[in-house]
Amino acid sequence: MNESNREELKSRIKQDSHKQNLSNFFIEKIFLICGVLTIVFLGLIVWFLISKSWPAISEIGLREFLTKTRWMPSSPIQAGYGALSFIVSSILVTVGALIIGVPWGIFTAIFIAEVAPTRIKEVLKPVVEILGIIPSVVYGFIALLIIAPKVAQLFGLSNGLTALTGSVILAVMTLPTIVSITEDAIKSVPKDYREASYALGVGKWDTIIHVVLPAASSGILAAVMLGFGRAVGETMAVLMAAGNALNMPIKEIFNIPLPTLLQSVRTLTANIAIEGSDVPWGSLHYHSLFVVGLILFVITFIVNIIADLMLTKFQKVNKNG
Amino acid sequence: MVNLKEKSKKRKSIVWIVLSTFFMIATLSVLVYFLIFLIRNGINAISWDFITDIPRKNMTEGGIFPAIVGTFYVASLTVLISVPLGISAAIYLNEYASQSLIVRLIRLSIRNLSGVPSIVYGLFGLGIFAATLGLGTSLLSSALTLAIMSLPWVITASEEALKAVPNSFREAGLALGTTKWQTIRFLVLPYALPGMATGSVLALARAAGETAPIILTGAAFFLPHLPRSVNDRFMALPYHLYILATQHNRLDLVRPLAYGTALVLIAMVLLLNMIAIVLRYRARKKQEW
Repeated sequence: MNESNREELKSRIKQDSHKQNLSNFFIEKIFLICGVLTIVFLGLIVWFLISKSWPAISEIGLREFLTKTRWMPSSPIQAGYGALSFIVSSILVTVGALIIGVPWGIFTAIFIAEVAPTRIKEVLKPVVEILGIIPSVVYGFIALLIIAPKVAQLFGLSNGLTALTGSVILAVMTLPTIVSITEDAIKSVPKDYREASYALGVGKWDTIIHVVLPAASSGILAAVMLGFGRAVGETMAVLMAAGNALNMPIKEIFNIPLPTLLQSVRTLTANIAIEGSDVPWGSLHYHSLFVVGLILFVITFIVNIIADLMLTKFQKVNKNG
Repeated sequence: MVNLKEKSKKRKSIVWIVLSTFFMIATLSVLVYFLIFLIRNGINAISWDFITDIPRKNMTEGGIFPAIVGTFYVASLTVLISVPLGISAAIYLNEYASQSLIVRLIRLSIRNLSGVPSIVYGLFGLGIFAATLGLGTSLLSSALTLAIMSLPWVITASEEALKAVPNSFREAGLALGTTKWQTIRFLVLPYALPGMATGSVLALARAAGETAPIILTGAAFFLPHLPRSVNDRFMALPYHLYILATQHNRLDLVRPLAYGTALVLIAMVLLLNMIAIVLRYRARKKQEW
């Protein structure tokens, strides 16, 4: 190879690598933009919820939405924009679901983590996951046809579409979330904890109850919070199961107002689904639905942040342990 | 004394075993009961005509063909939008990113996006795509809404797939002098692809079953024809089931059709999940490292 050839080759390699560097730079930027899009989308959601709510908030006042219970946005004579009954109903149905679903999910997770032999465990986990695959509208259909008649029969009601019906179906729907995260939490408690406990002569179940479960508690709490977030944001099942009547789920017993699960209720999610499809765009009613959406978003956002913090704390503690 | 303590200990452990077994059985029975309920009641409604015919006589007769096609369209379009975006984002996060502020923000956004309720996505889609951008209630509005909603699922699944490719592959490439992109293109992506495909099929299944977002952004109560373009409204299986179950004026007459629709919907979703599982299983079997 003579001198001039070598020079040419050198310069070509240089050029090539320059081109390579340039294209690599652009490729990286394209991927970066796709990543940044997630931030953009979340920002857009927040911005749209706020800006589309604003006309309603400034005209009616946030106070009416949060403290009044009369919801009549399309009434021509005296419109009402109180969303308090939706908020209370959403929380009531969700708390009801957790009261049923949390012990159920935790014990199921304990069975998978501690009782089942390895081979059965491998079958049980995907089977429980099937519960998470079933579309929520199918759960609503099942609630309508199986759970509602049972509730009506059990409590002697003429109509089984109540908050309780919604709670029961939501409990089943949150099971996969609660089971899988609780099982993960139990599994990731360091082995040393158990062994230390065994070494002190403590039995298997005493170890689980007094050592493993307390060590996993922040992970389990995160599971509960995520279950709450999932249940409060669930639309179709509650829409089909809970009856959607516009009233506060409160009953006075001896003049003390108490929440009741045996009434038909309309949640935040159900109200958006019912009214959102035929509301005239740009009307005050339309903007007030965005306020309802904003309230729902704020609730789930806070709950998810708490769950997130708990999970991070749990992972940190276990890394150290 | 010691004996007594031992006994109470034993009793306690038996209580816990019995309780956890009871709840496990309860979980399984609920699942089996629900599935048997749907199959037993739905199987009679299902026929060739039911799958291939349009709804007739105010939806009290005929089939669900437009709803099946509509669901197929909207779910496919959703995945077509969200999968390239999601995979690219995952590549950035797993292959390029360092621990910078922007990466932390991206991860925070993904976690928060996955916690946003589906009806809020619907409201957002209605506000931005249908009303503000003027796409109207349409197939495209619904697909875009579902695409943003399914983005966190696709990203998470794709990142898992990328993480499963051993680092030695990347190092081998770099040692041979390939560029970063060549390494990713020829040494990482081929091995992560099956995992990404699994995640995409799962996203497809979930998008197909979603109801709340499409109620607000484009699903139609009844259409006598199939959607002709992405600007048309569409019928969808989950929304059709919702209507047949609660909104129809002759609920007693359409009950068998509702059962049939529910069975078709759940069969479709379970089938897609099975495909995903098979994909994952075959990829694992082929794994050589």
